[in-house]
Amino acid sequence: MYQAELANEKTATAPADPGAVLRIDNLVKRLPNQPGEFILDVSFDAAAGFNILFGPSGAGKTTLLDSIAGLAKPDAGRIAIGEHVLFDLLSRIDVPVALRRVGYVFQSLALFPHMTVEDNVRYGLTHLPDADRAQRTKSILEGFRIAHLAKRSARQLSGGESQRVALARTLVTDPSLLLLDEPLAALDAPIKARIFDDLREWNSVHGIPILYVTHSREEVLALGDHVIVLDAGRILAQGTPHDVMSAPTQETVAQLAGFENIFTAVVEAVRPERGTMTCRISGDGGPVLLETPLVRGGVGSTLRIGIRAGDILLATSAPVGLSARNVIPGRITSLDQRDVIVAARVNCRAMQPGLEMEVHLTLAARDSLQLAPGKEVWLVIKTHSCHLMQAHG
Amino acid sequence: MSIDWQAFALTLQLAVAVSAILLVLGLPVAYWIAFSRWRLKFLVEALVALPIVLPPTVLGFYVLVALGPRSPLGRWWISLTGHTLAFTFTGLVIGSLLYSLPFAVQPFAASFAAVDRKLIAASATLGASPLRTFFRITLPLSIPGVITGLALTFAHTMGEFGVVLMVGGNIPGVTRTVSIDIFDRVQSSDYAGANATALLLLLLCFAVLAVVYGVNHKAWQIGPAGRA
Repeated sequence: MYQAELANEKTATAPADPGAVLRIDNLVKRLPNQPGEFILDVSFDAAAGFNILFGPSGAGKTTLLDSIAGLAKPDAGRIAIGEHVLFDLLSRIDVPVALRRVGYVFQSLALFPHMTVEDNVRYGLTHLPDADRAQRTKSILEGFRIAHLAKRSARQLSGGESQRVALARTLVTDPSLLLLDEPLAALDAPIKARIFDDLREWNSVHGIPILYVTHSREEVLALGDHVIVLDAGRILAQGTPHDVMSAPTQETVAQLAGFENIFTAVVEAVRPERGTMTCRISGDGGPVLLETPLVRGGVGSTLRIGIRAGDILLATSAPVGLSARNVIPGRITSLDQRDVIVAARVNCRAMQPGLEMEVHLTLAARDSLQLAPGKEVWLVIKTHSCHLMQAHG
Repeated sequence: MSIDWQAFALTLQLAVAVSAILLVLGLPVAYWIAFSRWRLKFLVEALVALPIVLPPTVLGFYVLVALGPRSPLGRWWISLTGHTLAFTFTGLVIGSLLYSLPFAVQPFAASFAAVDRKLIAASATLGASPLRTFFRITLPLSIPGVITGLALTFAHTMGEFGVVLMVGGNIPGVTRTVSIDIFDRVQSSDYAGANATALLLLLLCFAVLAVVYGVNHKAWQIGPAGRA
C-alpha cells in the first residue's frame, strides 16, 4: 500500500522532462456542425519558451488547444510531449485529460468561484502530502505576488489578480506544457507586461513549451520566440515573429499582419546588382512603376505586393530630392479618424481602376497639411516598404 | 375537534424518508441527464417527467400491481419477508419516490447543466477525476438547485393523496397520512376537524418552503461556501 502510494506520487510529481518538445503530427479535427464543415489539420513542433498561435477568430486556435488538452477528441494524428504520447490514433492512445499534465488557462480563466484564492491554487495538488501542498501553494503565491490574496474569495478579485491566480493554479501542478487561450486579452498593457515577466521568470526555471493564443499583432511581435500562423484550420506560416510578420510570403498572413494595401504587379525588370527590381502596376491612367526588393521570379512573372498604411508618406506637392524611389500621384477620397491615427484613402489615378491606397497619418499631420477629401497628394514609398508575396490562388 | 397527530408524524416521516432517498438516487440520474450525450436521452427525460402529468391514481395503480403478489417484484419481496409490500409504509415510500422523482431530478439536472463547463474542464486539466470534479465543483455550485429539489420533494410528499390511497390505503399509524385523514373527516362531515388539519398542513408546508428558500437566497450566493 505504502509502496503503491509512493510510486503513484512519483509519477504524478516527477519533474517535466526538461527541454521536451511538443510535437503535433497530422492532427485532424472535424467540426461537422460548423457551416461549411470546418477541418483543423496541422503539424508542428513547439519547443520550450513562448510559441505564439496567431490567427483570426474561427481559425481553429481553441479547437487545437482543446485537442492537445484532451477536451476534444481528434479524428486523426498524434500528439506527444517529448517521449510522452498523449494521443495517437494508430496505437489507440488517448490519455484522459486529468492524466495529461497539460496546463490550460482559458480566456474566461474559470476560477472556482466558491473557493478562496488559496483553495483554487491548491486544487490540483491533492496527490501531495499536506505539508508539501502548503509549501508549494505558498511559494507559487509568492512567485506570482498574490500571497496577500490567499484568503480572499475568487469572486472578489480584479482582472489582473484573477489572471495571476489562474496562472498560479495551473503552474503549481508542474505541467509539462502550458496552453494559454488569450487569458490576458482584457488587460492593460503595463499589467500584462508585468504578468508576462513573472511567467518568463517561472519558465526560465521550468523550461516548458508555452502555446499562447492571440489575435493581436503587437503581442506577436512583443512576446514570441516562435510564431505559428493559423487560418481556416491550416498553418500558413511559422518562424520568428520578425520573419513571419514583417516579411510575410503569403497574402493571408500579410492581411493578418496588418498590410492594408495589397495589389497585383508584373515584374518589368530585375537588377540583381542593386538587389532591386521594377514592378509594373497597370491601370487606366497608364502603368505605374514601383521599385521593390529583389525576389525570385523572372521578368514577366506576376506577384502580389503588400504595403503597410503606416509605411507610406504623404506630400501635398510633388516632392524632389528624395531617397525614396517611389512617388505616386493621387487624390484623397476620404479621411477617417480612428483613435489617434487618421486613415486616408487615396485614389491613385494611374493605378488599377478603382484601386485606393490606405495611408495612416497622425492628427497633427492631417491638420498641418490641411488635408481634406479631394486634395491632390503624392504618395512616397520606400523600396523596402514593398513586400512581395506569392500570388494568391 | 381533535388533530390526528399520529397522521402528522407519519406524513413527516414519509416526506423526510422520500427526500433523503431521492437525494441519493436523484443526483446520479440528474447528472446523467445533464451531461449525457446519448441521442435518445430525451426518452429518459420524458419518462422521469411522467409523474407530473399522470393522474396519481394511474401511477398508484401500477405501483400497487407491481408490489402485489402477481408481479415478480412482489413475489420476490413476499418470499423474502413473508408479506406483501402493498399497504405497508415501505410500499408507500416506493410509490412516493416514483411520484416525486421529477420534482427532485429536474431542479438537480437544471442546476448541474447551468454550471459553467469551463469550470468542469479546468478541474479536469488540474488532474481531478470526474468524481472529484462532481463533489468539489459541480455539486457545491448546484446547491441552490439541490435545495430547491429537496424542498419541492418534501412539500409534494407532504400533500400527496392519490398514490397513498392506492398503494397504502388507510391504516392508522402505518399508511394513514394527513391528506387521507382530511379526506376521511370530510367524508364523515367533520368539517371543523378537516379545516383545522388542513390549515395546519398548509402552514407547515409554507413554513418549510419559506425557510428553505430564504436560506437558499442568503447563504449560497455570496462568498465561498462555509468559509467566513
